[in-house]
Amino acid sequence: MMKVLKAGFYSTIQDQGRLGHRSYGVPVSGVMDAYSSEFANKLLGNKIEAAVLEMTMTGAELQCLKPTTIAISGAHMNPKLNGKVIEMFRSISVKPDDILSFGKLSNGFRTYVAVKGGFLSETVLGSRSMAKGITEAVRIQREDVLEFNLTGLLNPKHAKLKFNTSYLDDDVLAVTKGPEFDALTKAQQALLINQGFQVSKFNNRMAYQLLPLFNNNLKPILTAPVLPGTVQLTPSGQLIVLMRDCQTTGGYPRVLQLTEKSISCLSQKNTGNHLKISLKD
Amino acid sequence: MGYKLRFSQYNERSILVEWPANIDENMLHDVLNFKSIIELKSFKQIVDIISTYASLLMIYNSTIDNFNDEFSTLKVLYKSQDSKKLLKSKTFRIPVCYEDEFAMDLDNYSEAKNLSKAAIIKLHSETVYTVFFIGFLPGFLYLGGLNPILHFDRKETPNLNVKKGSVAIGGKQTGIYPQDSPGGWHIIGNSPLELFNPKQNPPCFIKAGDKVKFYPIAKSEYLRIQDDIKSSNFNIETL
Repeated sequence: MMKVLKAGFYSTIQDQGRLGHRSYGVPVSGVMDAYSSEFANKLLGNKIEAAVLEMTMTGAELQCLKPTTIAISGAHMNPKLNGKVIEMFRSISVKPDDILSFGKLSNGFRTYVAVKGGFLSETVLGSRSMAKGITEAVRIQREDVLEFNLTGLLNPKHAKLKFNTSYLDDDVLAVTKGPEFDALTKAQQALLINQGFQVSKFNNRMAYQLLPLFNNNLKPILTAPVLPGTVQLTPSGQLIVLMRDCQTTGGYPRVLQLTEKSISCLSQKNTGNHLKISLKD
Repeated sequence: MGYKLRFSQYNERSILVEWPANIDENMLHDVLNFKSIIELKSFKQIVDIISTYASLLMIYNSTIDNFNDEFSTLKVLYKSQDSKKLLKSKTFRIPVCYEDEFAMDLDNYSEAKNLSKAAIIKLHSETVYTVFFIGFLPGFLYLGGLNPILHFDRKETPNLNVKKGSVAIGGKQTGIYPQDSPGGWHIIGNSPLELFNPKQNPPCFIKAGDKVKFYPIAKSEYLRIQDDIKSSNFNIETL
C-alpha cells in the first residue's frame, strides 16, 4: 500500500480501459500515454493490463507502507526517494516509510508510476480506470491509501528495455483521413495537413483543443461514432482531438484520425506546445 | 433495401460501416440486426461495437492486417442475414414527475410555445419513443418520435448543472439526463429511475432498438418509487 501525502495536479489510476460497454455510452478511458505506461509495466514484469498511477503536470507525494518494486516512466518530473534523486525507466525497490516525491516537470506532461503486480483500485465494468460518472473515486486524493498487488511477479523482468525519450519531445502527429475529410475542399485539406497547430489551454483527458481556429463551412453531421484520436471540426473552426475519456458518439465532422501512437504522443503535450501533422495514406 | 453500405477503415483497429445518413426506424433495424449478427457470430477479435442512427463502428483487439479481407467477411455476413428479425425489443414505461419542483423550464416553455402545461405533458407522455442508440453520456438515450408541436430550440446558454433524472426537450429531441451534467435542453420533469448503473452489467436495462413511453406521476409517487429503488423493490413495467 501507499499513502497519498500530496495528490498532485491531476492523478488517477488507469489501466487499459473499459472495453465492451461503449454501446451504453461508457467511455473507454485508460492510460493517456499507452507507450509510457506499458513500458513501466514491462520493466516490472507486469501484465499490460496492470493498473498504473497517471500523474499530470505535477507529481504526487506517496508514502510506502509495504515493500515492493516500482518503475517510473513518461514525462520527467524529477522523481526523488527520501529526498534523493532517483532514475526513471528502471525498477526500484521501496520499503515501508520511504517517501516518493516529484519535482519540476522538465519534459512531457504525464508521468506513470507502475508498481509490481499493479494497483488495485475499484473495478467497475471490467476496468480499474477512474472515470467521472463510472467509478466512485474520480482522482486520487490526499490521505487515500492506494492498494497494490502483493503476490509476486507474473512475467520475467525486462531489465534491458530502453525507453525512447525523444518520443516525449516529438511534435509530429501521424494521422489518417477521418470519415468527413473529403467534405473539405482540396485547399482546406492541404492547409489542415500543412499549417501546424498549437495546444490550447483547453486540454484534458477528454479532449485537446488546437489553435488557431480553422476556417470552414462544414455542417454538423448526423450523430455518429467517435474514438479516442478522432479530430472533430466545429462550425466555428475549433479543432477538437478526442482523448481517452471522450464520449462514444459525436455530431461534428470527423476530419482526421490520430494513430494510436500519436494519441500517446499528444497526451505528453502541454498548453502552448507546437504540433505538425503528417498524413499517412 | 435500396441502399449501399460503405465499409471503411477508421483507425488501425476499427472498421466503420455507414448507411445513408438518415433517421429512419427501418434502417435502424437493419443497423441493429447487423450488429446482433456480428455479436452472435462472436468474433473474438471484436471487443466493442458502437451503433448510432446510421453507422456501426467495430473495434478490434489488435491491429487489422488486411482491411479488405475483413470488409469481405463482414459483407458476406451482412448479405447472408435472412429476413427474419433477430431483434427483440421491449417497451418500457418510464415514470416522470412533471410537477413544478422538477420542471424548472416548463413555465417558460409553456409560455414560449403558447401551450398549456397540461397539453405539453399530454403530448410528451402519449408518444411511444424509439431508442436509436445510447451516447453523449453513459446511459443517455437518443429517442426518436418527439411530436413536432413540441420541438423547441435549445437554450442559448446551457445550464452548468442539470440534475440527474431531468427529462428535457432540445430541438427535435427529448431525453433523460442519466447523471448530473451541463446541458442546454429545457427541463420539463424528472424521472426517479436509475437509467445507468455502473455496478450492474450491462449498466443499462434499456438498449438501442427498445421503446419507451413516459407516464406522469405525482411527487408522492416519485418519492415512493425512489424508496423502492433504494431497497431494490422496484420493477420496471413493460408494455
